[in-house]
Amino acid sequence: MRKPKRIIIREEYCMGCRLCEVYCITQHSKSKDIIKAYRGEEPRPVSGIYFEEKGSVSFALQCRHCDDAPCLEACITGAMYRDEGTGMVLHDREKCVGCWMCIMACPYGVIKPDFGERKVASKCDLCIEAEFPACVEHCPNEAIILVDEEGERIYKEAV
Amino acid sequence: MAKAKYRPEFIVQRDDEKCIRCQVCVRMCSNDVHTYYPETDTVISESSRCVGCHFCEDLCPTGAITICRSEPQIKENYHWSGTEVYNIIKQADSGGVLLTGMGCDRPYKDYFGHMVLNASQVTNPSIDPLREPMELKTFIGGKPEVVVIKKSSEPELATQIPPQLELETPIMFSAMSYGSISLNACKSLAKAACDFGTCWNTGEGGLHRDLLPYAHRAIVQVASGRFGVNKEYLDAGCAIEIKIGQGAKPGIGGHLPGEKVPEEVSRTRMIPEGTDALSPAPHHDIYSIEDLKQLIFALKEATRYEKPVGVKIAAVHNVAPIASGIVRAGADFVVIDGIRGGTGAAPTVIRNNVGIPIELAIAVVDRRLREEGIRNRASIIAAGGFRSSADVVKAIALGADAVYIGTAALIALGCHLCQKCYTGKCNWGIATQDPYLTKRLNPEIGARRAYNLLRAWSLEIKEMLGGMGINAIESLRGNREQLRGVGLNEVELELLGIKHAGEAW
Repeated sequence: MRKPKRIIIREEYCMGCRLCEVYCITQHSKSKDIIKAYRGEEPRPVSGIYFEEKGSVSFALQCRHCDDAPCLEACITGAMYRDEGTGMVLHDREKCVGCWMCIMACPYGVIKPDFGERKVASKCDLCIEAEFPACVEHCPNEAIILVDEEGERIYKEAV
Repeated sequence: MAKAKYRPEFIVQRDDEKCIRCQVCVRMCSNDVHTYYPETDTVISESSRCVGCHFCEDLCPTGAITICRSEPQIKENYHWSGTEVYNIIKQADSGGVLLTGMGCDRPYKDYFGHMVLNASQVTNPSIDPLREPMELKTFIGGKPEVVVIKKSSEPELATQIPPQLELETPIMFSAMSYGSISLNACKSLAKAACDFGTCWNTGEGGLHRDLLPYAHRAIVQVASGRFGVNKEYLDAGCAIEIKIGQGAKPGIGGHLPGEKVPEEVSRTRMIPEGTDALSPAPHHDIYSIEDLKQLIFALKEATRYEKPVGVKIAAVHNVAPIASGIVRAGADFVVIDGIRGGTGAAPTVIRNNVGIPIELAIAVVDRRLREEGIRNRASIIAAGGFRSSADVVKAIALGADAVYIGTAALIALGCHLCQKCYTGKCNWGIATQDPYLTKRLNPEIGARRAYNLLRAWSLEIKEMLGGMGINAIESLRGNREQLRGVGLNEVELELLGIKHAGEAW
């Protein structure tokens, strides 16, 4: 199985603008248009980004697509599944019953409740429909980057 | 009397149809211009606090924000501009010296804009830089009077050549200290200089340990405050520059306020945390050319005569004889900083009124050194307001060996010339030490953009040289026949040493 590409968060360059959330919501909206997504669509999609900020330190965290993902174990309906092709941890909203055990189990706290059309869980899908994750493409300071396994190893060694 | 209201310099226009209330502008503005009111779901912008840095405009994801210049509310006239009037109102309020950042913005004659370049037609061939070699390599340092080659089976140089800086392009980054600009800005410029094969300059801020990997391309500065100067610092750099003056504030020292001296700056400058870093106006051990000579040779001794030692002065009325004295005192290069030279903080009145344009200074210094037969002893580096590759080419044709760019380099890093460097609230993360703001400049992006600027200008310089039928920047140096004046009077043409457009060779 191919390892998933991972998003690396460089908190030293995150300036806390939260544009990642804006573009995440746009990408997951029906129209994919920023103004329509914010001003026309109801319910507005939940962003897959969990943003943390304290003082001058900030970062935007998304699903890590863990190798040993606890949310997969916790899911009672099989809505949370691993995509065999890419190795990504994905979530099927149709199967989800909104028990939110995944939210309880996630060690990073990056799965959010979505009260939109009905009660379901919501998380980052690495913008599977697009060429690049929207947060990576639009981060103005390149604080969010997409790396493969090799890139991740190089980055971890450098840090 | 009524309390004075300041005219907003800018008006923040928000297209409410496009505003999605994402509040990026609210979070990002360090001047607190934008505020979100949840009860009415509106974003209100207080234009009077806007400095015109355009950070929010550039970040706004829907293009809802436009920063416009505000029309003056008072009745301006030719003599009393709005700026003059409001400066007086501010001073009547505060009783203080007005401060500003960046270079002189007064409408003094732009000599670069009154000079045009030559090109080859029919009688001499132009060169295509994409097909033929074109040399921009520049050597900074003293050159010998004569070159003697030993006669043997293999030719060998008998003359000892003084230490040289080898540059891949005649453009360097000028002195901007860690303290006046952020460490990320220093890193960006340092990395770009190393990648391209040119030099950056530490300014009077010492050498932060994170910058050591780039020290082999650093010109280390020794200024009147002697901040951060020690043996390791002198040994680390590739050249030493004694700073006497700065184009933005000739005759004035420096003052980095204590608020901008956090732990890292304090460690690098070797001064207590939170204390003001005061650079005296003069060097207190230099009151004459003879004193300067002592310092030049003290630094040469300290570094075993292995690297060039130069002197930086502001372009002032007497610049030519001063430069002559500096060369005779043993400097390997002379840096001349013109009136348009930038700064992190200077009294507005000094920045706008003291010094002379760099074009005239280069011309008179080059001529004086030639007349005295000492031009070969030192290189001339020109600084102060270079806006394009054409300015660089013109400066070199007037006699400069290389140029320093400061403002242009910062613009490449994001600067929008709002001139508020002295407030320490730079939204672009350049002229600030606030950790919330400095991280906005990712040095990887900064280095890439500064490198791109060097590359773009170098390519353009090659095109211009090719057009003139010249294949090496060496052949352009002091080649004033390649320049012609447009709309300059006889005195100006005489000082610049160029003919008027229309006159043949």
